Amino acid sequence: MAQIVLDNVDKVYPGAVRAVDGLTLEIKDGEFMVLVGPSGCGKSTALRMIAGLEDISAGTVSIGDRVVNDLAPKDRDIAMVFQNYALYPHMTVEQNLAFGLQLRGTPKPEIKKRVAEAAKMLGLDQYLKRKPAALSGGQRQRVAMGRAIVREPQAYLMDEPLSNLDAKLRVSMRASLNQLHDRLGVTTVYVTHDQIEAMTLGHRVCVLREGRLQQVDTPQRLFDNPVNLFVAGFIGSPAMNFVTAQLVRDGGPHVAFAGEKLPVPEETFAGKPGLDGYFGREVIVGVRPSDFEDAAHANARWARIPVHTSVTEELGSEINVIFTIDAPPVVHKDTTDLAQDATEGEEDAAIPLVEDKALWTARVNARSHVRPGQDIELAVDTNNLHFFDPDSGVAIGHAAAHAVAPAGA
Amino acid sequence: MSNTATNAVTAPPGGGRLDGRNGLGGAPRRGVASRIINRVGGGVVQAGLVVIALFWLLPTFGLFIASLRSETDNSGSGWWQIFTAPAQLTFGNYSELLKNDTITSAFVNTVLITVPATILVVVVAALAAYAFAWIEFPGRDWLFLVVIGLLVVPVQVGFIPVARMFGDVGLFGTIPGVVLFHTAFGLPFAIFLLRNYFAGIPRDLLEAARMDGGTEWTIFMRVIMPLGGPAIASLTIFQFLWVWNDLLVALIFASRDSQPLTVAIQQQVRQFGSNIGVIAPGAFLSLIVPLIVFFAFQRYFVQGVMAGSVK
Repeated sequence: MAQIVLDNVDKVYPGAVRAVDGLTLEIKDGEFMVLVGPSGCGKSTALRMIAGLEDISAGTVSIGDRVVNDLAPKDRDIAMVFQNYALYPHMTVEQNLAFGLQLRGTPKPEIKKRVAEAAKMLGLDQYLKRKPAALSGGQRQRVAMGRAIVREPQAYLMDEPLSNLDAKLRVSMRASLNQLHDRLGVTTVYVTHDQIEAMTLGHRVCVLREGRLQQVDTPQRLFDNPVNLFVAGFIGSPAMNFVTAQLVRDGGPHVAFAGEKLPVPEETFAGKPGLDGYFGREVIVGVRPSDFEDAAHANARWARIPVHTSVTEELGSEINVIFTIDAPPVVHKDTTDLAQDATEGEEDAAIPLVEDKALWTARVNARSHVRPGQDIELAVDTNNLHFFDPDSGVAIGHAAAHAVAPAGA
Repeated sequence: MSNTATNAVTAPPGGGRLDGRNGLGGAPRRGVASRIINRVGGGVVQAGLVVIALFWLLPTFGLFIASLRSETDNSGSGWWQIFTAPAQLTFGNYSELLKNDTITSAFVNTVLITVPATILVVVVAALAAYAFAWIEFPGRDWLFLVVIGLLVVPVQVGFIPVARMFGDVGLFGTIPGVVLFHTAFGLPFAIFLLRNYFAGIPRDLLEAARMDGGTEWTIFMRVIMPLGGPAIASLTIFQFLWVWNDLLVALIFASRDSQPLTVAIQQQVRQFGSNIGVIAPGAFLSLIVPLIVFFAFQRYFVQGVMAGSVK
């Protein structure tokens, strides 16, 4: 086991395309680190540079205490799980598992022992004599895992290993991955574009965008304290709601937008140094859908806003209430990037319901039997409002805000 | 299909005949009429194919019968006489053939030319194709374009210069000379075929092997070669057939001592009439070996070797 350190790593492709740009990241021994970001953000490239499948243009990558920049993949003592499994189709499951050990000249009894152990751990015992073609998707995925496990490497690298499974299987494999990591405790770098996978699996999550590091932190802290609009919008589902608002003093600090006013608690100013400098100016306010509640079921001290429901999504345990507010959607490089990612491949995936009005989502208790087209009053937990600078998109008063490079530079 | 017809077929079966065919659910039902049309239609197509196949086989069959009749019978009447006079059948031609030194040594020469020319082409082309497909080196794509360009160079272009060169180094008229010529002109297509097949092997598979600790050589031997089986089998058959059946190259580059079967048989054609008693069994002998090779390798054509590898 070992720590993995990336120091100012660049990847430049011919034609001056910067896939990874000055990435510095320290993955601790035994940590489960998830690299997440929209497609094309450089997360896979970063992983492949750690693996040795891509050359490193600049900077250093070290595994353990060795700088591995010039080492071949086989000499880095790491194992990788590929997105499409990459099983050897002409070998049985047993041969697939044993192949890496054979190439390293592991003695036969040892190979047999390790293959048997891994097969047992993954529930593959009865499939050892089968070829990959005779396995289901989930079984193939487990063989791919097993191939990494038998090697007992210093670190595992996983490139979207669950993305080819169907939704149900993905959830159960996610749980077994978690268990597996607890049991083995091996440093793992995991790449995904799925923020739910990132949140559920990672000890820490690293959000990348256009090859640059945005924020690395524990999933909860990423959720609670996103460093900029991009991270705020990327982490969390449904996504955070944004609006451009005016920060005013009106018998106490308020944010005013769309003809509404929300009070800002005094404690917020203590937690976000520099926010008081924005009085009389515009800020982008972010509200998590989960910080809304139907006023009838909410804490009495929360602020209220009346809304007109457009659509409701009843999920059983809660209801997503989608409504428009009388303000234009926030246009910022960060939010347009996110919108682009969400609709990727499907031109008209998002139907513009109302021209030039921001569409918000509130997640309310299932007991509130709200219907589409209804006027209801929503309560907002104003302690959890997020404030972003309208120019840079950086969270106001965030401890790590200065470290983030401005977007699109 | 009319409604009544459908109803007639799908009406609940009487007498408790609730077997799979008549039970509810299962495959969508088709009318009896359409099933009959399908069955008959399929039969007509099959019969047509059988007729074409028999027609195609007719000359070969004729050759085979001719090889089993004596010289006098063959010159007197056509091979179809055998149906009325089966007593004409004899193995005399074959026993004569085996005593004929020209033919037997030509047969040995054919094997000595074809087997090395096939093995050389397959081995060299597989190595080159792997490099062209998966190893990055400067000028790789230009070099591959040159190989593709060589595909269109006709074999006749090489005759005079290569014959001169062989003469200078003492290869002219020898078996190694013929082998080398076949190898050289077989390689461009072989490399082209194998490179395109190898390039279709998923990159992840090679990267997985690389992570597993494979060197280029082990990846080639243990991943590429087994997966390239179908392409290598096709190439082996093609190359074997071309070289085995070649007359032109052997006519020019082989001498009397190194001539293959095709040349030996061709020389049995006399100015007046043909030496059918040698030609027919000789041609049949020359036909048997490629057939054996074909049937030996055809099982490697099986589709779906890559199944289950990725996704």
